[in-house]
Amino acid sequence: MEDVKQKNRSRLCSICNDKKAALKRPKTQEQICRECFYSVFEEEIHNVIVDNKLFKSGERVAIAASGGKDSTVLAYILSELNRRHNYGLDLFLLSVDEGITGYRDDSLETVKRNEIQYGLPLKVVSYKDLYGWTMDEIVKAIGLKNNCTFCGVFRRQALDRGAALMRTDKLATGHNADDMAETVLLNILRGDIARLSRCTLITTGEDGPIPRCKPFKYTYEKEIVMYAYFKKLDYFSTECIYSPNAYRGFAREFIKDLERIRPSAILDIIRSGENLRISTSTKMPDQGTCERCGYISSQKWCKACVLLDGLNRGLPRQGIGRTRGAVLSKDREQIRTDSEMKGSISQSKPCGTLDF
Amino acid sequence: MACSGGGICQSNCYKEEEGGEKEEERLQKGKRATPKSDSSAVNPVLDDGVLCSKCKDEKSVLSAQPNNPINDAGGLCLSCFRSSLYSKFKLAVTSHSMISPTDKVLVAFSGGPASRVLLQFVHEMQYKAHMNLIASKDRSLPVFGVGVAFVVETAISTVPSYEVDNAIEDIKLIVSSLAPPSKVLHITPIEDIFSSDSTQGGSKLRELLHSITDITGKEDLLQNLRMLCLQKIALANGYNKLVLGSCTSRIACHVISATVKGQGFSLPADIQYVDARREIPVGLPLRDCLAWELKMLCSLDSLKTHQLFDRPNAGINGLVSSFVAVLQEENPSRERTIIRTAEKLTPFYFNKLPESNSSHDQFSSRRRHKPQTVKSDKSIQVENFCLICNSPLNGSDLNILRSKHRSGQTRVDTFAASCCPSCCFQILPKEPSSMEQFLSLLPELMIRRVKEDNKKWLREQIEDCLLSDDEDGT
Repeated sequence: MEDVKQKNRSRLCSICNDKKAALKRPKTQEQICRECFYSVFEEEIHNVIVDNKLFKSGERVAIAASGGKDSTVLAYILSELNRRHNYGLDLFLLSVDEGITGYRDDSLETVKRNEIQYGLPLKVVSYKDLYGWTMDEIVKAIGLKNNCTFCGVFRRQALDRGAALMRTDKLATGHNADDMAETVLLNILRGDIARLSRCTLITTGEDGPIPRCKPFKYTYEKEIVMYAYFKKLDYFSTECIYSPNAYRGFAREFIKDLERIRPSAILDIIRSGENLRISTSTKMPDQGTCERCGYISSQKWCKACVLLDGLNRGLPRQGIGRTRGAVLSKDREQIRTDSEMKGSISQSKPCGTLDF
Repeated sequence: MACSGGGICQSNCYKEEEGGEKEEERLQKGKRATPKSDSSAVNPVLDDGVLCSKCKDEKSVLSAQPNNPINDAGGLCLSCFRSSLYSKFKLAVTSHSMISPTDKVLVAFSGGPASRVLLQFVHEMQYKAHMNLIASKDRSLPVFGVGVAFVVETAISTVPSYEVDNAIEDIKLIVSSLAPPSKVLHITPIEDIFSSDSTQGGSKLRELLHSITDITGKEDLLQNLRMLCLQKIALANGYNKLVLGSCTSRIACHVISATVKGQGFSLPADIQYVDARREIPVGLPLRDCLAWELKMLCSLDSLKTHQLFDRPNAGINGLVSSFVAVLQEENPSRERTIIRTAEKLTPFYFNKLPESNSSHDQFSSRRRHKPQTVKSDKSIQVENFCLICNSPLNGSDLNILRSKHRSGQTRVDTFAASCCPSCCFQILPKEPSSMEQFLSLLPELMIRRVKEDNKKWLREQIEDCLLSDDEDGT
């Protein structure tokens, strides 16, 4: 009897103490009602934006939109907060069309619907236009083994190019707390101290042309899904058809298990990552620019140019794996003479010049 | 050559002209790659015993074990394998001056494979020094003393007492067999940290652990109490060094679990070879040995092990160790990579031994290895340690804690303000009302610092108005 009473009483929202609790908040385990969930969820993101000074009034901000849950909720909430708190931001959606039939074409439809629903203009940049290849063609050429390397490198640059093209001041991405925690762990497992020191920053690339920020840095994936679910937001939830990636999956599963036994673990991992004592004298790669396209690069050529060059010359393994440094330095001369001699192939499809 | 008979030859022996050594290596690699079941089909010669890849003299013992994650130690004979482990131990000891001739070293012995190997190696080192002493003319070079500590946890374990008695008999036998030089064995119940009266201590300990709801927190507190107990034994018996058998695998798990618990700041303090933040400096000479290597050595050398009070990890720690085990299976060097990542973080000032003062300087010329200096950031001298887990506190965390508990400067507040966020979360009671009760259960050794800390804190607040550095104003 006592228990039942207790249960009934605890069914009331622990914030407003008025309405019936509709959900258990994944981050804090509080039982709250839907309206209170919306408001704490939105308020938290607003606080993150204000406390970290993510945006300045009058800035033109691109929201990297894939049509998935994170970016859809990000687009919705940024436009909402922009209105509510008068951020004074000029927001628009920026999508990358990788050219994956059966995946990206469908998700782009979602983004196009979002364009209308949230009243945000949309700009789509495609791999085909930028590099002359769609992902479908790349996979046909190289198989299913390293295709994600190409896609990842190309997308990163495509977003920057799209943003530059639209004269953007900042790029906001939908990376959430789970992603962040996963990256911290993966960098520890890999021994990548340079990335480990960077990966918990909320804004990156501030010295570069277009800074990127992650307003969802402290937002749990589960809560994003919950928000999208209750708000009935229109998003696309299919995995990429080329994606199954076992290694990242490992860490992902581990984080989910952790969250089950201790929900605060995700935030703890991020806090650990922020507080790591990485000495300032740790050697970081020098940032330069790509000799070919002008994009930021620590090497002579940026990764995208190396990969693209390999694709165009029918050597798709170029730039993949550990041999990069050794092979490249030897081959670089070769590449140059090759391209000078033939001229045609690699220069007919340069990865475009950037006007920053 | 070896695979000339029949069509079972695999792609790993396509070049015969390369000759003996490489051939052998390739074969071993091939053998490692083949699953256990059809290894006999590959080559009968291999199963009879591959020669050790180091001395090329003895038969290799390691590749005969199925499914072991052989990495660089692959295909070694017993004596080469043994000496490779011993040299890792020796290098760690000498390059960090963990043990010097005038020391009295306490070996923490749980009975598990890691501490069993540690005890064995420390004994061997001591034995060699002892023989040198006998052989030398003037007998001027002292030999370090060794003691063994075994912490009995019957008060909180369900192991039947006759099993404990048997194990203790075994341990006595092990220690007494490791002579000369003879070693003192300290068998101490863990509840000794409370008081000398063990019956009262036992119930206090049980009550303390019972009051913690978080299973991970319980485990971590117990770990800290164990260290407290070892420190107490060392202090009471005049030891000046404490060595633990923490191996690579164990430390790799600690790196991940500390990250998961939000202890990223204090993490580098725990993984160094030397940790001198407590009264008795602690050394980890087996830091570079993997768990399976130690286990293997125990079974090959038939060193008797006991896992009496060894419980499988639960909660976060359990999850992390199974995660690391899976990763290690997929890539045998994963644990080393994890440690190497953590190594790149900046250690603390206490991660090296305090400057040696005279006495054994005269022997320093005998040291062949130059002591490695740990790069530590001298500018950041952390003065505040968590009262429970003894981890250094991050400045910003400390400020948050202090402002949170500023209200009444009671003992409870001072205590809560001096614990790391991780301990606050998983060990301290959530209800402020039960804090007083919790504090009364903690051993005096832990609480003792509260008073000192409180005084320091008060002083800090009025520092700018003080004209002299000490209380009397002189």
